[in-house]
Amino acid sequence: MSSLQPNLPVTEPETALAAGVRAPDFTLPATPDQQLSLSDLSGQPVILAFYPADWSPVCGDQMALYNQILPEFHRYGAQLVGISTDGVWCHAAFAQDRKLHFPLLADFQPKGEVARRYGVYRDHEGTSARALFVIDGTGVIRWSHVSPVGLNPGADGILDALDAFATPHAEPASGALS
Amino acid sequence: MSRLTPAVGPSDHVQGPANAPVTLVEYGDYECPYCGETYPVLKEVQRLMGDKLRFVFRNFPLSQMHPHAVRAAELAEAAAAAGRFWEAHDLLYEHQDALGNFSLMDYGARLGLDAAALEAAFAGRYDAKIEADFSGGVRSGVNGTPSLFINGQRYDGPRDVESLVTVLEAVASAAHAAS
Repeated sequence: MSSLQPNLPVTEPETALAAGVRAPDFTLPATPDQQLSLSDLSGQPVILAFYPADWSPVCGDQMALYNQILPEFHRYGAQLVGISTDGVWCHAAFAQDRKLHFPLLADFQPKGEVARRYGVYRDHEGTSARALFVIDGTGVIRWSHVSPVGLNPGADGILDALDAFATPHAEPASGALS
Repeated sequence: MSRLTPAVGPSDHVQGPANAPVTLVEYGDYECPYCGETYPVLKEVQRLMGDKLRFVFRNFPLSQMHPHAVRAAELAEAAAAAGRFWEAHDLLYEHQDALGNFSLMDYGARLGLDAAALEAAFAGRYDAKIEADFSGGVRSGVNGTPSLFINGQRYDGPRDVESLVTVLEAVASAAHAAS
């Protein structure tokens, strides 16, 4: 821990599924009338972003940041999926308000079941940890990371993980102007 | 650990001495209210740190959230080409409530930029620079705006004058002791 970092609560990263493990398949609601399964996305890299809750009140909001960086993820052919224990209507309102262009899955019933299977459920809070999983096209986790709940991890770790096994398209499309 | 990947270079907007022991890099968005809150804080921090601090501003417009952010950045870059970046930067942060097209044209005129220069900026003359700032920021671990890096390391602590000066002074002393 560097001297520049504030005192942030310690999380429990040792429980999160690690690189090399097959990503457990799941099916969750993406909208009030649509379900999405991890297996629907096989053949391409998938970024699973577990986060504690919709409506984080800052511009540093992780999902809004990833929304802006989406073109960069797409250069790798990667699909981004957000997951929290919020319900579908909450997700729908949040996604509309923040103009999100990727699915938010509702890990709502049974609550946090998928987060549990990935080892990132926080029982006391009733939410998932802030955790990232980069999964390759064959369904194997290639990188995982758990952040302190109050700290947005940014996207550099995701892009470094994608670099290790996926080749980006040549044209730059960082997303600043999109 | 998230570290600033593109080192501070000739394409950066810089205030303060090149040999200052501490460099503070801000990735900012002219329309972001948190950047607006931080603007006077950083001014005060610069004043208190004096020649010990070099300050750098890089573009990180969150255009999906802030419809005027990119055009504001384009205006600032056009001002930079005329040697007036920091005046534009300050003007934009002091008028965050008025960043529409008419306002930006007005600021451009106040900065002495002619209509052709503004038109070229809004048509994308500086977009590659803005994209490069953004992309470098993403790779460096920018996690929202404003994101601050102190001597290349992302700072996630509180953004009040006292906290920032304490950290910057500590880094300056450490740099001085190591040199």
